[in-house]
Amino acid sequence: MSETRTFTFRPATEETPVVRWLLIGLAVLGIAILVAAPLFVVFAEALAKGVWTAVQSLGNRDALSAIKLTLMIAAISVPLNAAFGIAAAWFITKFDFRGKAFLITLIDLPFSVSPVVAGLCIVLMFGANSLVGGWLVAQGYPIVFALPGIVLATMFVTFPFVARELIPVMIEQGRAEEEAALTLGASGWRTFWTVTLPNIRWALLYGVLLCNARAMGEFGAVAVVSGKIRGQTATMPITIEMLYNEYLSIAAFSMAAVLTALALVTLLLKTALELRHADELAATRRH
Amino acid sequence: MHIEIDEISKLFGATAALHPVSLSLPSGALVALLGPSGSGKTTLLRILGGLEFPTAGRVLFDGQDATGLTVQERRAGFVFQSYALFRHMTVFDNIAYGLNARPRGSRPPAAEIARRVTRLLELIQLPDIGSRFPSQLSGGQRQRVALARALAIEPRMLLLDEPFGALDAKVRKELRQGLRDIHDETGLTTIFVTHDQEEAMELADLVVVMSMGRIEQIGKPADIRARPATQFVRDFISA
Repeated sequence: MSETRTFTFRPATEETPVVRWLLIGLAVLGIAILVAAPLFVVFAEALAKGVWTAVQSLGNRDALSAIKLTLMIAAISVPLNAAFGIAAAWFITKFDFRGKAFLITLIDLPFSVSPVVAGLCIVLMFGANSLVGGWLVAQGYPIVFALPGIVLATMFVTFPFVARELIPVMIEQGRAEEEAALTLGASGWRTFWTVTLPNIRWALLYGVLLCNARAMGEFGAVAVVSGKIRGQTATMPITIEMLYNEYLSIAAFSMAAVLTALALVTLLLKTALELRHADELAATRRH
Repeated sequence: MHIEIDEISKLFGATAALHPVSLSLPSGALVALLGPSGSGKTTLLRILGGLEFPTAGRVLFDGQDATGLTVQERRAGFVFQSYALFRHMTVFDNIAYGLNARPRGSRPPAAEIARRVTRLLELIQLPDIGSRFPSQLSGGQRQRVALARALAIEPRMLLLDEPFGALDAKVRKELRQGLRDIHDETGLTTIFVTHDQEEAMELADLVVVMSMGRIEQIGKPADIRARPATQFVRDFISA
């Protein structure tokens, strides 16, 4: 009589069920405490006195102006930073030149400098007491305590996002496809539009989304340059802080909920695009 | 097209990739640039294609100075080592790329482009893969598509950088014959870079043996085998 023995093999990279569930549980707990709970609290506080109160708190002139200002800042600074980021990444990855390492460090600088310091730099450069700023104010174009200053501060803080996202992708892809396009007679411009840009479009999208999220949410640098003038230079994050300090918690949390919702919408947009182009993503990732 | 390389040298910073080299390649020849890595053979090929510019010296195409011609003006069909197919385009669009890139005046109509791409797909014996993406092809298929893409622009010469480098031995043998056939059919001056002496000897009419940025010997495969000019050549071809 033969005895059948069954063996169960576990793949080398897999852990025992106990360890697996422990690790998954820890991760879920961490996300719940650090991410999900605060998000929930924001919306719960905003809606504590009912939807109507929350909506009403957003309906006044100052709140609407803050929302409009924040959207406008993002609409100006994100496309500009996308263009600068592409240019910088293109330059760094497709050409060899002296001082490349220095340029990469320079691009990273906004990440290491405190946003408040960045804001102060802009005030010193373009404030009414500076040479340039004084002249511009005299011409009727103030930079500090006005939209241009806020855009400059936002752009400074969000500058690295697009370039940082693109550089590793473009290094990995190398220059061969561009060189092939050139040998086939394409101009540099045509090569960029038909070969480089399609190859980096996903990395570009991620970079733009991160840049956008930060542009809408930036507080420190904008707080310094904006002067926090209600209804004029107060962005959403600054308005939230001011409302909160005045114990108007429904208004503060309603505004915070809108800001959070804007971020969630961009995330959803990204996920939707990924799902729609899943095949194409898989096909183009590896060559 | 007759290609003349006249005292070409290339420095990368302080290191010399090419010491002054001179070489005359007859029209319609199938030439192998043979040497170990770092011998300067790929640099020489890229200078011919206009992807690098020499530090000194001249390149002549049919007796005309071509040293200052841009990569686009060279009209060299270039096959890259990793093929460099456009990963986001179908095989059809890859092959049609060079024709679509022509200025409006000299660009063939869409139907003519489609006809030419179809004919090239037949030439490389892969008539049915036009709608696939490069990631869906085998290594040998990719190499043939890269060759078709280079031929589509009606090049004046064909330049191939280690065209069989990334393939297994069996496919390599097949494709060698394929390249020979295409060369004989088009009559294009064809230059390929290789570090495989057997491949160079078997395929080329003329072999240029290179080492350390210098040309060690130029000759027909049989002559090089029979009379190696230097100790380096003797060692390299017997390896």
